[in-house]
Amino acid sequence: MDVIRVYPAKPAHVYLYATCLVDLFDPQAGLDAIGLLERQGLAVTVVTGQTCCGQPAYSAGYNDEARAVAQSQMALFPEPWPVVVLSGSCGGMMHHHYRRLFAGDAAVAAFCERVFEFTEFLVQVCRAKLDDKGEPRQVTMHTSCAARREMKVHVTASQLLGQLAQVELVKHGYQEECCGFGGTFAVRHPQISQAMVEDKTRHIVNSGAPELVSADWGCLLNINGALEYQGERLQGRHLASFLLERVGGGHG
Amino acid sequence: MAEHSPRRFTPQAQEALASPVIRQNFRGAMDYLRKARSNAFSDPVEADAVLAKAEAVRRRCLSQLPALLETLEQRCTANGIQVHWAETPAEANAIIRALCQREDAKLVAKGKSMVSEEIGLNKHLAGLGIDCRETDMGEFIVQLDGDRPSHIIMPAIHKNKDEISATFEQHLPDFEATRDVDQLIAAGRQALREKFQAAEVGLTGVNFAVAETGTLCLVENEGNGRMCSTIPRVHIAVTGIEKVVEQLSDIAPLYSALTRSATGQAITTYFNMVSSPRRPGEWDGPEEVHLVLLDNGRSQAFADDELRQTLQCIRCGACMNHCPVYGRIGGHAYGTVYPGPIGKIISPHLLGLDDAGELPTASSLCGACGEVCPVGIPIPALLQRLRVEAKHGASAGHPPLKGQGAKANRLEALAMKGFAWLARHPRCYRAGTWLARRLAPFYPRRLGAWGQCRVTPKPAPKPLSQLLKEQRRV
Ligand code: SF4
Repeated sequence: MDVIRVYPAKPAHVYLYATCLVDLFDPQAGLDAIGLLERQGLAVTVVTGQTCCGQPAYSAGYNDEARAVAQSQMALFPEPWPVVVLSGSCGGMMHHHYRRLFAGDAAVAAFCERVFEFTEFLVQVCRAKLDDKGEPRQVTMHTSCAARREMKVHVTASQLLGQLAQVELVKHGYQEECCGFGGTFAVRHPQISQAMVEDKTRHIVNSGAPELVSADWGCLLNINGALEYQGERLQGRHLASFLLERVGGGHG
Repeated sequence: MAEHSPRRFTPQAQEALASPVIRQNFRGAMDYLRKARSNAFSDPVEADAVLAKAEAVRRRCLSQLPALLETLEQRCTANGIQVHWAETPAEANAIIRALCQREDAKLVAKGKSMVSEEIGLNKHLAGLGIDCRETDMGEFIVQLDGDRPSHIIMPAIHKNKDEISATFEQHLPDFEATRDVDQLIAAGRQALREKFQAAEVGLTGVNFAVAETGTLCLVENEGNGRMCSTIPRVHIAVTGIEKVVEQLSDIAPLYSALTRSATGQAITTYFNMVSSPRRPGEWDGPEEVHLVLLDNGRSQAFADDELRQTLQCIRCGACMNHCPVYGRIGGHAYGTVYPGPIGKIISPHLLGLDDAGELPTASSLCGACGEVCPVGIPIPALLQRLRVEAKHGASAGHPPLKGQGAKANRLEALAMKGFAWLARHPRCYRAGTWLARRLAPFYPRRLGAWGQCRVTPKPAPKPLSQLLKEQRRV
């Protein structure tokens, strides 16, 4: 059974860990996340040296390599501020699996305690209240498996959407099922992954919602790629971008 | 029917994916079982309590496994149950064969037992002219087809009513095709009746073996387990060594967790407790009861604190019912006796990491299995661990696993070293992503395996760090 997390009081300063996928594919989501955090009155620092949390090596069974990467990343955050991660999956890596990689290391455990997923941080630490300024809109959401089962933050992501008065969150079929990405899994077992993502996109499209959001770029890479391949107009975007737009801070 | 093997996982999975009937059958069955389980655990607080208790019982019992096995042997022997130890499938088969031959048995009536699948008993006995008849309805159907079970609690789950009707038409005299479930079951039961009467030996599995009292517990719904363990003169129970529990009071929480996780039932129709052969003055029951305890890699799992958790399993099947991979490819594709998530973590111990093939990698690590496991086995974490063991030599502080390092891949190891180096050298990493962006216009629309169903992802023109620099934020 998981231990219930005790959250700290809202700090004045945070680090944002944007993740390698946001950096490469959707840097705007990083800017939008910064915008949302600043609206909470926080000073946000993005460290330029950040690269990747090490998950690819870890999930492929290369613990020494993952440890080396983890060490280099942890060293980037010397101040005792919270590290807000823009992905449930990388958050899970840094909050749970770093602990496992460095079993018994108190300093690492202390670092892991400082790691929060973005929506978790907004809800649980900032107690954010979002004021919806947009038009009525339906949206469906994909939560990554790590967000759901490791970080348990599918709840906080939907709580944030729930705060938006004009936004209706539409459920799609088999919402809790994996989209079939799983990092190297999609490449190592392409046919199985294909069956999974095709089911996922079908359920998303069948929900009828004109918009798809997710707080994980890994899944979006997979889902968006499949949607585009199928000739669907729908493309998912990062939850941070959607939220900032709704509260009137969008980049338009 | 071609022999399935874990070494051929990928082509077997492809074959299953290509069959709309298989996918439909599994999706329907999985949906049903998932719903049944979630109804059975509708109160989350109560559910947490039951599962926490079940997990604690399994952990406690495993922590004293060697001692409990000794006690079990003593109590069973004192009760008149004869205990046999088998380290390998061959040894287990030899023990069972000797018992059957001593009885001059031509027919063995067999209740559901995954361990008997694990040792390949049917085939072994058939080679000696002994007919080992499955009496669990699902197993019976699968056996008629010359097939193997595709699920540990619902062996014929891959078949729909029409297919079962066709099987019966082919093998049961006087059977007329029907889609009526009751009629199908009645026909099957009729065929089985005769077997119980004629069998010289009855064989079953064991769900829990109680050390305190020397009692073998058998959980079932059809009554065939009860028949197999009472009618023939000799009853042989075969089980893995991990199934032992400390005391009778450990059964209640495990039983509740098992039936609710498996089929959503509060209790099963039958719960059999075998504690001795027939005593003087008793009306029924076998004259001899034998217990065969099989290791087959289990003590290897036991020797490692982390991997020991594999042995907590009570074989409820919930992990496969919730697995997005199992649900799409079905049980046969794995090519192992235990399919799905539990199969991926247990098969490497039974077969060795080399013969387990791609199984540890065939998971997106989505965590659904770990979430539903009633005894809290961290399946994704164990999969990650097995991936490490498959690629590397024995790690310090751990006893070596069979087939360790068999999947070592120099190219992949080099790539991972390269990745780790880049990730630790931000400037070079940036140069790499810069290059990736510059080359983006030349990417093919479809890229390798990824491109079978997705277009190639396009990098953004500028990375976050550059955008922040332009805004003078860093
Ligand atoms: S691993 Fe857990 S969920 Fe899977 S069969 Fe065993 S007890 Fe059930």
